[in-house]
Amino acid sequence: MSKSKPCADLAIGLIMTRDVTVSRSLRNRLAMILTGGAAVLAIVLFFVVRGYAAQIAQQGQDNILSASAASILDSAVLRDGQVELDFPYAALSMLSTDADDRVFYAIYEDGALLSGYAGLDIPNPFRSLTYDGATVRVATASRTLIGANVPRRVSVSVAQTQDALSGTLNRISTNVAVFGAGFFALATALSFWATSTTIGQLRRLTTSVTRRGPQDLSPFTKPVPTEMAPLVGSLNNLMSRLDQSLKQSEDFIAEAAHRVRTPLATVRSYAEATFQRVENPENRDALRSMMRAIDESSRAAGQLLDHAMVTFRAENLERSDVDLNDLLRDLVQRMTPIADMRDVDLILDATAPAHLHGDPILLQNALRNLLDNALKYAPADSRIMVRVQTIPSLSVDVSDEGRGFRLGEIDMLADRFVRGSDSGGQIGSGLGLTIAKDVAAAHGGRLILTNTPRGGACATLQF
Amino acid sequence: MKYLLVEDNIELARAICSRMSLDGHLVDHAALISEAVDYANAGEYDLILLDIMLPDGDGRSFLKQHRAGKNNTPVIVLTARSQVSDRISMLDLGADDYVTKPFDHAELQARCRAVLRRNAGSAQSSIQMGNVEFDPVGGHLTVKGNVINLRNRELRLLEVLMNARGQVFSKHKLVDRLFSYDDDVSENAVEVYIGRLRKHLDGSDVQIKTLRGLGYRLDHDA
Repeated sequence: MSKSKPCADLAIGLIMTRDVTVSRSLRNRLAMILTGGAAVLAIVLFFVVRGYAAQIAQQGQDNILSASAASILDSAVLRDGQVELDFPYAALSMLSTDADDRVFYAIYEDGALLSGYAGLDIPNPFRSLTYDGATVRVATASRTLIGANVPRRVSVSVAQTQDALSGTLNRISTNVAVFGAGFFALATALSFWATSTTIGQLRRLTTSVTRRGPQDLSPFTKPVPTEMAPLVGSLNNLMSRLDQSLKQSEDFIAEAAHRVRTPLATVRSYAEATFQRVENPENRDALRSMMRAIDESSRAAGQLLDHAMVTFRAENLERSDVDLNDLLRDLVQRMTPIADMRDVDLILDATAPAHLHGDPILLQNALRNLLDNALKYAPADSRIMVRVQTIPSLSVDVSDEGRGFRLGEIDMLADRFVRGSDSGGQIGSGLGLTIAKDVAAAHGGRLILTNTPRGGACATLQF
Repeated sequence: MKYLLVEDNIELARAICSRMSLDGHLVDHAALISEAVDYANAGEYDLILLDIMLPDGDGRSFLKQHRAGKNNTPVIVLTARSQVSDRISMLDLGADDYVTKPFDHAELQARCRAVLRRNAGSAQSSIQMGNVEFDPVGGHLTVKGNVINLRNRELRLLEVLMNARGQVFSKHKLVDRLFSYDDDVSENAVEVYIGRLRKHLDGSDVQIKTLRGLGYRLDHDA
């Protein structure tokens, strides 16, 4: 009966969310916070590392530029009152880069351009500026030459475009970005793993609550994480209170039934004993009505309780593997004395294997009601057949040799408190077929009422 | 048959006892579990009728103790609870059957008979009359070595007649004993069963005499 499994899962899902006000998912919230944090961290990391790398690269360029400027300045001499400068080759070659950066220089004597490119003079040692359409880094060094009469201040500015530097920076940025993305991906994966393990604990608890049968109100004993202990504690508390109040109401029902049914039994026994002795037809009729009334009330009370039980259990079946043949054999054995009283033969044809994944108590109740009905309406010296069939699907049919169902009423008979118009003097509550129908429906089956070719009634529980 | 009835409601117990003895059975009555234990230990009973809610305890504990003591006397539980789960737990505890209060005496009798039949073998109690042997538990009649299986109403009719040999039963009395108060039968229905029994007893020295205007009587041609 694996077909019913998705149904059960669906039912669990329905139970979980039905009648519950849902706010945002805990799991999504956790995952959002964790991945959001990871994203912010990755971005900060990217900018900090890139900034630091840019600073270090700039420092390298600045060192070379100032070395170059210093070596040019080194070659400056004062000869005959004139500043002479022998431009060393190394001063420029040290500035060559892979990216063929352009190099500019300017030599000033007391602030006046002596040689080189104009517009590079700057007061501070290092500065970036836009020159000739490109960003350049300028380093300036100066020195005072002491001549015969006046000292001369010579300053040298060396500038270099930053193509190689930005290339390096781009490479570093790419690497840092890849690293940051990797960090983000890893953190996200970790956060999902962390949330699902955390939520997994909750889910396990939920499953074990949902899997419980309707009768199981025992406390949870499996270990739970510390944070969930208060929740499980209150759940256990609630269940023990529920268990207690259920037990109390069960005891109450038992006590009430005992208090009501025992005196009824006494009255009935006396009525029956008197009935055996009384000859007067009027008195006999009175006693007969009395016994009828007692039987009717006791039967109605039983049926109402059964119907309530079926309605309660149908919502939450306590399924197990049920051998319908065994169940029917027990039932037939139990009903045979009643059948014998009226010389009715109760014949069970249960040869086909009939296993069903269902609630044995409900199934027993439904079948007992069908047998009860058949016994009530079967004429004396007749036969009631109980047959298990597996083709086309698993079904049990109970047929008698009575008057059968009235065709016009057949569709309404299984409704609550509806009794056939020809039920005559039979005692009944009109709940028997309703119970059978509800039990069949709870097991995904149905109750079919037909008349046999010979006119008797046939009730079929089809699964 | 010898029955032990454990029931604290004296009125009900009295009614059951009087009805049982009408059917020709001996009944001892215990109103408490402690009394029931004493009775059960002292005498051999064919069947125990056990109420569940008793002043000095739960009938189920008596049942458990009774079964634990390897006592095989069958037990029929008289219960006020009609719910299926209760009935099932009763049978699980070792009861042979149960009857829900209030009950029809005919049903109680039928259940007793069924339980006794299932447990037969220990106590065979055939009634001998002339060359006829009647086994009310097994439900058969042996006439000159031929075994005849009786239908339930034939069996009950014969039982009624055999338990009070020589007594005259009116049709009307027999209807009351044979049919439920709710069965819609005429007194002529009795004639059908008398006819069937006569056929079964054919050739024996036991016969059912018709006393015009009075009823029937079982006679033994000595």
